Amino acid sequence: MRHNYRLFILLSPVILWLLCFFFVPLISALIYSFVERGTYGGVVWNFTLENYQRVFDGLYLRILWRSISTALVCTAICLLVGYPFAYYLAYYRPKLRNVLLLLVVVPFWINFLIRTYAWILILRTEGLLNSFLSILIPGFQPLEILNTPFAVQIGLVYGYLPFMILPLYAALEQMDFSLVDAAKDLGASPRHAFWHVTLPLSIPGILAGSMLVFIPTVGAFLTPDILGGGKVIFIGNVIERQFKSARDYPFGSALSFMLMVIVLAGTVLYFRALQDSESAET
Amino acid sequence: MKRLFEINILLVFLFLYIPIIVVVVFSFNSGEQISVWEGFSLDWYAKLIKNPDVWRACKNSLIIACAATVISTIIGTAAAVALNKYRFRLRNTIIHTLYLPLIIPDIVLAIALLTFYAQVKIPIGLASVIIAHIVFNVSYVAIVVRARLQGYDHTVEEAALDLGANEWQTFWKITFPLIAPGIIGGALLAFTLSIDDFVITFFTAGVGKTTLSVHIYNSLKFGITPELNAISTMLLVNSIVFILLFVWLHGKNIRRTI
Repeated sequence: MRHNYRLFILLSPVILWLLCFFFVPLISALIYSFVERGTYGGVVWNFTLENYQRVFDGLYLRILWRSISTALVCTAICLLVGYPFAYYLAYYRPKLRNVLLLLVVVPFWINFLIRTYAWILILRTEGLLNSFLSILIPGFQPLEILNTPFAVQIGLVYGYLPFMILPLYAALEQMDFSLVDAAKDLGASPRHAFWHVTLPLSIPGILAGSMLVFIPTVGAFLTPDILGGGKVIFIGNVIERQFKSARDYPFGSALSFMLMVIVLAGTVLYFRALQDSESAET
Repeated sequence: MKRLFEINILLVFLFLYIPIIVVVVFSFNSGEQISVWEGFSLDWYAKLIKNPDVWRACKNSLIIACAATVISTIIGTAAAVALNKYRFRLRNTIIHTLYLPLIIPDIVLAIALLTFYAQVKIPIGLASVIIAHIVFNVSYVAIVVRARLQGYDHTVEEAALDLGANEWQTFWKITFPLIAPGIIGGALLAFTLSIDDFVITFFTAGVGKTTLSVHIYNSLKFGITPELNAISTMLLVNSIVFILLFVWLHGKNIRRTI
């Protein structure tokens, strides 16, 4: 009985907080997504499915697809760049390993807004990249990169690369590399050993990293807003407009729930794949 | 092969750090241009210090971050201790629930709170931001403290109890000092996340309750000046101080465990 009492005291603040300011707000947004918008920004308490019908309108489906496909490309680039990085740290165990890892984490602590803004200085037409290239190449025509999907893609990779590297490193660091040596001793080529030993063993890290990159990028609002300059619209930007300028809370809520469904579907797929990889190992 | 890996590492670090270095370097630029170097000066910092909007934003950021950090550290630590000490029916559900605010896109959390505030008529101001920040901070604190609790030898607690200490004494004399680095680490993380947060603050802050992040965003939208580089550099310095503190704490307890 005393135990129950202590457990209650310790745990109830968190539970209450999340209940009141996390679950109830989510339900409140869900309710909003099923009512009509008022003429002057408020809501009219009539049940409707119209908000969801609008979500499946061609325009918004295209934007949704753009968010998903960009997030997938971003995840793939982070994986291609991050894997060799994590592999090097785990396999060669360089002396400066901890320092290198710390240097990967540092950007995570730095304001995301500032890190994104920094790319404006580099990518604008009068920016550093163009000045640099025009010194190298005489008669160089400045590239228009800022406010294009390419700029947004760079910003997203930049923002989330550390989220890929860390779980990959955690998975590879635990790996027993003598298995790779054994495969090589038994006649496997280095490439064969990589595809059949190293890669399968690092799948949990790949999955975790992909999740950590995909989820925030699919819901990204700030990066397309700043580096896309209003020309590259993601689902996050459409949601923002419903709440900040269009004052259409019901439609914004419906879009948010679509986004949440995508993210939760991703999470479910992740756990499925993780289970598959674990059962394949045993 | 090893060479190729090393080139990759070098390129990744150039990619990660060049933008940050650019911002810092150009904050000392004397000209009006944001990315054309015209000479060294501290003019933009001088302008920054004289700007009352920046001071107001700074004050709001600090109030929000301090309040959110204190509350989330206390209730997050309490939850971590409970989850580590007791075994009960809904334990796993609660652990998974704690991760949810981190999985959901921040814009969804932000608009959910906004509709909720509108529905229950909570005025949008500073308190509404603090409430929102605690939601994500509490998860980070609980996770960091729980990791620390899992990492130490619980027999010392049993020893204290065997030697006649009551549970209260055992907690404050044994458990607390052992997990203190975890608690401080969690608090540092919460503070940094709170100071740096933009999306959730942007949606839940009232008119005039601008934080530094929102101030930076507004300046971005209404014309970029080198002053922005100076504010950014100051926030960068703040982050770096906190990282060093975090590492120092971490390094210290690695030595202690050896």
